[in-house]
Amino acid sequence: MHTTLDFSLLLHGEYPRWLLRGILTMLTLAASSWVLAVTMGTVLAVVRMGSSRVAQAVVAVYVEYHQNVPLLVQIFLWYFGIPALLPEALQQWFNAQGGEFLFAFIAVGLAMAAYISEDLRGGIRSIPKSQLEAARALGMGYLQASRLVVLPQAARIALPPLINHSVLLFKNTSLAMTIGVAELTYVTREIESQAFRTVEVYLFATVVYLCISMLIMAAGSALETRYRIKDR
Amino acid sequence: MDDILSILRDNGVLLLIGQYPHGPLGGLAITFLLSVLGIALAFPLSLAIALARVSPLAWLRWPATVLVYVVRGVPLIMFIFWVYFFVPILIGQTVSGFTTMLVTLVIYQAAYLAEVVRAGIEGLPKGQTEAARSVGLSYAQTMRKVILPQALYNMVPAMIGQFVATIKETSLGYVISVNELTFAGNQINSNLLTKPFEVYLILAGIYFILCFSLTQLARHFERRIANRRAGATAPTAAQPVPALVPVTE
Repeated sequence: MHTTLDFSLLLHGEYPRWLLRGILTMLTLAASSWVLAVTMGTVLAVVRMGSSRVAQAVVAVYVEYHQNVPLLVQIFLWYFGIPALLPEALQQWFNAQGGEFLFAFIAVGLAMAAYISEDLRGGIRSIPKSQLEAARALGMGYLQASRLVVLPQAARIALPPLINHSVLLFKNTSLAMTIGVAELTYVTREIESQAFRTVEVYLFATVVYLCISMLIMAAGSALETRYRIKDR
Repeated sequence: MDDILSILRDNGVLLLIGQYPHGPLGGLAITFLLSVLGIALAFPLSLAIALARVSPLAWLRWPATVLVYVVRGVPLIMFIFWVYFFVPILIGQTVSGFTTMLVTLVIYQAAYLAEVVRAGIEGLPKGQTEAARSVGLSYAQTMRKVILPQALYNMVPAMIGQFVATIKETSLGYVISVNELTFAGNQINSNLLTKPFEVYLILAGIYFILCFSLTQLARHFERRIANRRAGATAPTAAQPVPALVPVTE
């Protein structure tokens, strides 16, 4: 590493377009799987706190599976394993369309839903039952008491882990490169192997990841500050 | 089901120990070795980082804080590539995939473990430090004799959680062809070609058994610590560090 850094390489030929496409793919993947994770996570949390023992057990298994198996293996199982179980015609469709993005989206979203459901459940469980009872005693309905008394408090407690897991979800989109989704890490490797300017390309990608993660964390602490209950 | 059993019969040894003794050790053995060494080497480092993070000295606090945020903000895969390219340049000789992965895991886990340790230290009531200082202990003595022993005990569940996270992270060794469990699974898949679902299901199953047992162990300790606190003198009791938020992949 005796030469000086030369970032003009990143503006050379096709590279700016590649990088931009990589960043866009990464953001699309992160945003869509985040929506999937939050939706699915909410459903799981509601079912887990419901009254059906069987449904609770199913959710528990779902959560344990997704938290105790590496995401990379989950991605492989979706991308290589699931199509093999599908009918011939669908398999060919996937081969032609390139199911990488779809499967990465499903794998990342469903895996992170497990974490998010636990964050939500933890938040709700940390509110003492007496809060709900007191609200009910004042004449509120169950939904009203939940909406006005329990959930606002639970949301404050669940917020920090939710932010952490959102950052984790964002970082985990980089695993999609292993099945060929052309997101930022993938594009970075492509450029590196063509241009041989390792430091510049990797530094660029690292800084992009870091900036976006920081933005998510900053947005999170802004939310926390805004809704913090003032100490008396 | 028959498929799964026959794959296990034909390839079970490859999944467990790789080609050993006729070739290099691999499979689950390497996964386990990487995670144990990774956590063991990261731990002393994490103590240093955590102490720097809570230190009253700004010149110690800042670099540690930056390191923690960089690790928390950048995907593990990026770190693997950085180490892969730059460790050989730094030391002037080629490095094996195993070493690359180990170095990466140590840096990455040291930062995450440091946050666990910090949470453990900050979870103790301030009265502990004040009492220790007022009976004449120095800052260093207070940390070593009063704060850390309590903090570390409360942290046991969270540390097991980090160990589970590390086991899962070793699967990324696959991208630089480290001969670990996921790599072995891929090898089997490319040999068989026709049974991807079964092969990856087995792979997921092995990781699950290993990680889930450890997760249960962490829960056991969490309950024990909670009970001990409930039984002990309540006012001075500290918050346990919440376990089972495996913060990384």
